[in-house]
Amino acid sequence: MADNRENLTIHIKEDWCKGCGICIAFCPKQVLGFNENGKVTMLDRENCIKCGMCQLRCPDFAIFLGGKE
Amino acid sequence: MARQVKFLQGNEACVEGALMAGMRFYSGYPITPSTEIAELSAVRLPKLGGKFIQMEDEIAGIAAAIGASLTGLKSMTATSGPGFSLKQENIGYAALTEIPLVIVNVQRGGPSTGLPTAPGQGDVMQAMWGTHGDHPVICLTPDSVKETFDLTVRAFNLAEKYRTPVILLTDEITGHMREKIEIPDQSEIEVYNRKKPEKNEDYKAYKVYDGDIVPKMANFGEGFRYHVTGLMHDETGFPSNSTKNAGILMDRLMAKITDHLDDLVDYEEIEIEDAEYVIVAYGGNARTAKSAVKKLRAEGIKVGLFRPITLWPFAEARMNEISKNVKDILVTELNYGQLKLEVERVVRGNCPVRFFGKANGEILIPEELILNFKEVL
Amino acid sequence: MNHPLVENYFRIDKFPHIWCPGCGHGIIMASIARAIEKLGLDKDKVCVVSGIGCSSRAPGYMDFNTLHTTHGRALAFATGVKLANPELEVIVISGDGDLSAIGGNHLIHAARRNIGLTTICFNNNIYGMTGGQYSPTTPTHDKGTTAPYGNIDKPFDITQLAIGAGATYAAKTTVYHVNQMDKFIESAIKHKGFSLVEAISICPTYYGRKNKKGSVVDMMTFLKDSFVDHKVAEKLPAEKKEGKFLMGEFINKIEPEYTELYDGIIESLKK
Repeated sequence: MADNRENLTIHIKEDWCKGCGICIAFCPKQVLGFNENGKVTMLDRENCIKCGMCQLRCPDFAIFLGGKE
Repeated sequence: MARQVKFLQGNEACVEGALMAGMRFYSGYPITPSTEIAELSAVRLPKLGGKFIQMEDEIAGIAAAIGASLTGLKSMTATSGPGFSLKQENIGYAALTEIPLVIVNVQRGGPSTGLPTAPGQGDVMQAMWGTHGDHPVICLTPDSVKETFDLTVRAFNLAEKYRTPVILLTDEITGHMREKIEIPDQSEIEVYNRKKPEKNEDYKAYKVYDGDIVPKMANFGEGFRYHVTGLMHDETGFPSNSTKNAGILMDRLMAKITDHLDDLVDYEEIEIEDAEYVIVAYGGNARTAKSAVKKLRAEGIKVGLFRPITLWPFAEARMNEISKNVKDILVTELNYGQLKLEVERVVRGNCPVRFFGKANGEILIPEELILNFKEVL
Repeated sequence: MNHPLVENYFRIDKFPHIWCPGCGHGIIMASIARAIEKLGLDKDKVCVVSGIGCSSRAPGYMDFNTLHTTHGRALAFATGVKLANPELEVIVISGDGDLSAIGGNHLIHAARRNIGLTTICFNNNIYGMTGGQYSPTTPTHDKGTTAPYGNIDKPFDITQLAIGAGATYAAKTTVYHVNQMDKFIESAIKHKGFSLVEAISICPTYYGRKNKKGSVVDMMTFLKDSFVDHKVAEKLPAEKKEGKFLMGEFINKIEPEYTELYDGIIESLKK
């Protein structure tokens, strides 16, 4: 992913998430989970290593690394 | 290049006309009796920087031509009966996506493999109704080598002007017959090129702007990045499930034809003015009819010839007008009476409509047509 | 904030896309865009062509010159585009049914010509758009709505089919192995000549449900556990290869490209 991971964080576009669970299941640090709507949510931001695998495997472009807001 | 006098087959004249109209891409599949069109295109196109490709089948033949047209090259494919059947789906695709294209069908005899080397005119209704769904159709049919040249040029021009596939429906007679033809100088040929958008901003690929007949067409690769789909689409070109949008699109496509009949409909009339009887004939078979009319006139019989040059849209208004002043119309074709149905429909009972034809691969000779005609006297 | 890839390479107003939850097609579509981004291609010079089916809806979302054609014919249309304007980078997106059933003839001939098209096959082993009928890549004994008692057909290996027909680049990967997919698609686009990447996708809605393959995650796990790179597999003992499917880059060679050969003819005629 981008070189400067310090400034990146995981963003979730809940409207586009279809709740398939791929990102959650294959997150190497298991920091993601479902929210009450059955969509992905960040459970443990501190332990996220920003590897970007969730972004790569999300079929719906709903989770991605982007700049901190 | 000045005018050139040549002795050509109709199929060769078709290629000469296509090149003068600006054809720079040909893709097709070999099939009798149209193959000379592919062969001559293969020879001539690369010399002009154009492209020829023999595809793996008839369907690919038309598909590649549509793809090429999207990049801005004027494209053509040619075929005969069985191949024309195979191309139908993509004819509909080109009609709905409004991609200019010329499809030549050199008609042969019979359904199925039929009589590959013999003439027929059995694809008249297929040219109009061959693909599924309603769609605009322009179909031209020549009766000589020279007219094959002229109508090929016209087919390209109409395809560009109306953004629609145009069918040049010839037959084995005109396709393989050799005649003397004077090929005009390029400067004498009127060439119509599709209107292209100038600016990218706000380009809607399927919006008709004021004063235009059809949407402006950008070439793929020139910065417009639009979407083309065979699904019903809106002005932007993207798929739309809205029945309202589908209605708007269909109405616009059909109106391209119905609003421009004066520009599209073309026919020849011989001795119609004082005619009491009319023979309707087209394509190669019209040559027989011309000869018959001449002989009948020499006998003092007031008979004229009406020859549709644009088969579709049919010369409905003119045919109806003529039918009011004659005792009988005889439609002659190399089939079981396909255009006869259309003539019957448009004369609306003004006069009897008879039929005489053959569909066994033989041509009609004037004497047998005359004999049949005289049954009415 | 939006996904940066979507911002730059997609038609954002068309999202969210039509694919079912867990459908692997979006993963492949994203991978194509990343490859284009990585290669720094000019968007105006990229043309994406598709046929009919679930995967063939992809071009509608992609911000390039996009052409959604008739069923099976994407490669034939694309051949016309590429030959007419070889400057364009033409990428064909086609499903397993589109590419190897109704469009099989075009696949073998495009490969044979070695024309510079990049074909990405979204292979989900089923006809999804029409509701789950068996396709030429449905494994034997699996079920589809038209194979209610189990499929008796033998499936195609699309990658090997393309190689047999003359493809000069061919690779197979899965939607689980997404880094590898990015690499293969990038190589395929860069490749001069006909290239094919067979991306094994998942169809949880039809194929998965009909064949009791479990959840989306179960299907992804199956890909993870069942596919092994053919170079790795070579070194494995026989018992470890059992039940495994081979993936990886199977061919990558340089042969004369079709449109360049044709341009050669044009040049030679100028003399």
